[in-house]
Amino acid sequence: MKAGRYGIYGGQYVPETLMSALIELEETYERVREDPEFSRRLSWYLCEYAGRETPLTYCGNLSRDLGCRVYLKREDLLHGGAHKLNNTLGQALMAKFMGKHRLIAETGAGQHGVATAIAGAALDLPVEVYMGEVDTRRQALNVFRMELLGARVVPVASGTRTLKDAINAAMRDWVANLRETHYLLGSCVGPHPFPRVVRDFQSVIGEETRRQILEREGRLPDTVVACVGGGSNAIGIFYPFSNDDVTLVGVEAGGEGLESGRHGASLSAGSVGVFQGALSYLLQDDDGQALETHSVAAGLDHPSVGPEHAMLKDSGRVRYEAVTDAEALHAFRLLSRTEGIIPALESAHAVAYALRAADDLDRDDILIVNLSGRGDKDVADVASLHGGAI
Amino acid sequence: MSRIAGLFVRKNPVFIGFTVAGDPGIEASLRVAKTMVDAGADLLEIAIPYSDPVADGPVIERAHVRALRAGTTADDVFALVRRIREHAPATPLVLFTYYNIIHRRGADRFFAEAAAAGADGVLIVDLPVEESGEVASYAARYGIDRIALIAPTTSPERQHTILSGASGFVYLISLEGVTGERDHLPPGLAGLVGAVREKTDLPLAVGFGVSRPEHVRSVAAAGANGVIVGSALVRLIEEHLDDGAGMHDALRAAIRMLRSGLVPDPGPDILRRERVEG
Repeated sequence: MKAGRYGIYGGQYVPETLMSALIELEETYERVREDPEFSRRLSWYLCEYAGRETPLTYCGNLSRDLGCRVYLKREDLLHGGAHKLNNTLGQALMAKFMGKHRLIAETGAGQHGVATAIAGAALDLPVEVYMGEVDTRRQALNVFRMELLGARVVPVASGTRTLKDAINAAMRDWVANLRETHYLLGSCVGPHPFPRVVRDFQSVIGEETRRQILEREGRLPDTVVACVGGGSNAIGIFYPFSNDDVTLVGVEAGGEGLESGRHGASLSAGSVGVFQGALSYLLQDDDGQALETHSVAAGLDHPSVGPEHAMLKDSGRVRYEAVTDAEALHAFRLLSRTEGIIPALESAHAVAYALRAADDLDRDDILIVNLSGRGDKDVADVASLHGGAI
Repeated sequence: MSRIAGLFVRKNPVFIGFTVAGDPGIEASLRVAKTMVDAGADLLEIAIPYSDPVADGPVIERAHVRALRAGTTADDVFALVRRIREHAPATPLVLFTYYNIIHRRGADRFFAEAAAAGADGVLIVDLPVEESGEVASYAARYGIDRIALIAPTTSPERQHTILSGASGFVYLISLEGVTGERDHLPPGLAGLVGAVREKTDLPLAVGFGVSRPEHVRSVAAAGANGVIVGSALVRLIEEHLDDGAGMHDALRAAIRMLRSGLVPDPGPDILRRERVEG
């Protein structure tokens, strides 16, 4: 396979001005991943600062209700409340090694923005976060958290005013400020080497999960489930299971149903196209224009997906399914009530699929759900959906 | 000789105007293009509107949005090119596009349609040389020049690779950033023009940030064979959305004023290129 390609997918479809930065990033990444000093420092930040390793929690109540053995990988317990910090600490440290003095990032739900703000504060790098104007309203709490952490939040009023436009704005900033700025991309999307860098930094999730389940159960799980927007938490937990006999399921945002056209399920309902630097699956019209997407979960509200997922879909190694807003909201409430764990609406999509899949599993089958984030950020939003206000 | 090559032989330096097809509407866009040609644009760069124009600044991005809201499709753009071609038989027309438009249509069909409509060149803003093998063969098959982009951040080695597949003219990006008007052009511009000039006999045109007569003058003085003005013209469309007559007056006045920065210089450079091109 050509460097930077996942099957036919991936690549570097960017303006010429950005090529030098991507080449520099690739070279730095190749260097630091072999550098024991980098590994030592990253490991310190992940363990002593962020709280790794995260638990793999056996859910007794849910297991009883569903009739199989359900575990949650608790990325919601990582500092910041989501898996995003694995990647932001890795890339922020890499930026330090590259001699960059400033971090920029895009954010949808706000979780990657918060994680970048945290990493920037911890590593003493100023942070600017681009966020679609619609999302700044949907996720006002996270905007305040980012500001509290010392980051500047820049609302993006162009296009659909959501995640894809925040990525466009961050890329524009990067083009103009390449020499001192690192663009800390938050998912396994975009041009090479970002999909690989993000996957590698997130693979700690799957490496721990694999070790933990072997210790606990003495065998590998039957099924691993994760939600997929850009796909970073999913690729992080899937990758270390690639060569195992384990069913891997990625769960996309079905929104109001695939037939409604209002969803974010690029793998389930999209076609192959180039978007924001990579060839992958894309929700697009006949001319190649990106379509507007919808999901109750801001972090899944995106027209494309990481190129490695595109390859894994084609090869059949990972199965991709979509669950609707309504199913995700039901799972959000159910997990809160049965286990005392409020999931992020993004992660609730994975939980919702687990509820569906459990019918086909036996009592001794092991199902692991990557609980990629906690749902505190969504509580007010969910309340307002039911006519309440907090 | 192609229209593009012929133009640069005839004229030095040339004035290149940029417009987004379908901005502010499909018919209105045809009138804008005609006005630009009639007011003295020697070559037109016609952008195919796209939902996510990451290389563009806010002014041109809003033009993309206006064109898409007006319902402009790729079919409409080819039809528009055909009509501009009828109006201006000798003016070189270059399609400026993001790659997914081509990918979605298929490169074979895209270049065939571009050639049939009368386009002379295609510039793909987000397709670096590493990814451009497929389009190169179709561009060649249909006789379309592939306009290459070189940025201030492009290394000398990459410049070589890029230039080896370029035709028509070379688009030099003046600055590190997106399109849009600036107060000053960067001081390193003459150095960039000089460095690329040593590596190619193709005409060099400078764009990004060029928005004032003094910019045009300094680009010409740096030894470039053309200047490309985009945002400064697109902004005039935006400022006159409800005033068609005023829009065309403003475009004519701006092109004349910007052109005044071009001092014709039929110097040895042109003679040299004529020899090269036989």
